[in-house]
Amino acid sequence: MYILIAGGGKVGSNLAATLLKMGHEVTLLDNDRNRYAVLESRFEHVARYGDATELFVLERAGVERADLVVAVTGDDEDNIIVCQVAKEKYGVEKSIARVNDPRNQPHFDMVGINLTVSATATILALIEHELPAHELVTLLDLRRENLEIVEFAIDAGSPAAGRTVRDLNLPNGSRLISVSRAGRAEIAVGETELRPGDLVMAILEPGAEEELKRVLMPAAV
Amino acid sequence: MKLLIVGCGRVGSAIASRMAADGHDVSVIDDDPEALARLPEDWPGRFVQGHALDLEVLIDAGIETADACVVATDGDNTNIVIAQVAQKRFHCPCVVTRILDPARAAFYSSLGLQTVCATSAAIETTTQAICATPGRTG
Repeated sequence: MYILIAGGGKVGSNLAATLLKMGHEVTLLDNDRNRYAVLESRFEHVARYGDATELFVLERAGVERADLVVAVTGDDEDNIIVCQVAKEKYGVEKSIARVNDPRNQPHFDMVGINLTVSATATILALIEHELPAHELVTLLDLRRENLEIVEFAIDAGSPAAGRTVRDLNLPNGSRLISVSRAGRAEIAVGETELRPGDLVMAILEPGAEEELKRVLMPAAV
Repeated sequence: MKLLIVGCGRVGSAIASRMAADGHDVSVIDDDPEALARLPEDWPGRFVQGHALDLEVLIDAGIETADACVVATDGDNTNIVIAQVAQKRFHCPCVVTRILDPARAAFYSSLGLQTVCATSAAIETTTQAICATPGRTG
């Protein structure tokens, strides 16, 4: 694969090194002179000097034949423009962008960049998962498929405790995947009975969350 | 008419001053509080200090009810993103964006943004001025 990386900081340069090792063809773009000098001595012709939001820079780097564009500069607007231009002008279907400020996430979504990575959002998701709250926790957001995988705990007050999956009356657009009890997980089937203390994983369409909460969690006090 | 101007530099502040003098309801956003000094002393409009990529700042400055929005910060890429937010998210009926790079201005104009490129205008005017003179031999 030919992969174009915009931004040669810690993220970009380590990605480039790993992808090269995996046998991919890589171009690493950076528009900081000092940083470029370091990158050039490490990566030689793989590193290129230039602003990846300039169309001629992208063209000279062969953006048209890129299989994937990765925008990991420290500037969210630049990352948005790189991915948008690569897709809309040069027909690069796949792009991955780094979100530096999570408040900019809606702007990435708006222009259709559906693969984004945000350190803050990732850490928040981990905190959400590690804190023992009886809330719906999102484990995986499958944006492209418009589905998400969530986890929640059944406690004694849950209307689902003591009932089988078949009797739960789950909302449309949701399915239970597995039930984990005392450290052992099993695939959820119709006759699986939910008990207090169970950790349940479900797959659902965004929008089905509220109804699913009503079926599985105690009514809010 | 209700007008929102993002970026209170030379371009933004001049448009803001002129439109306010013509009696329009003008609101200006800039992340530098000192930029207020570019507006007239008796500035009748609003000045919101903040980054216009922040949706709360845009809403506070009145993007939801603005009839037109001018995007003229000093960053092309920032302008392009803000303009798309104004157009696609807030459905502002008229969004005009300043883009200095002719290549990006042309591309985003093909995507439906109304772009103004001072660089292209300068290139055009300069070339015409040179071509209009007969030179030493004429």
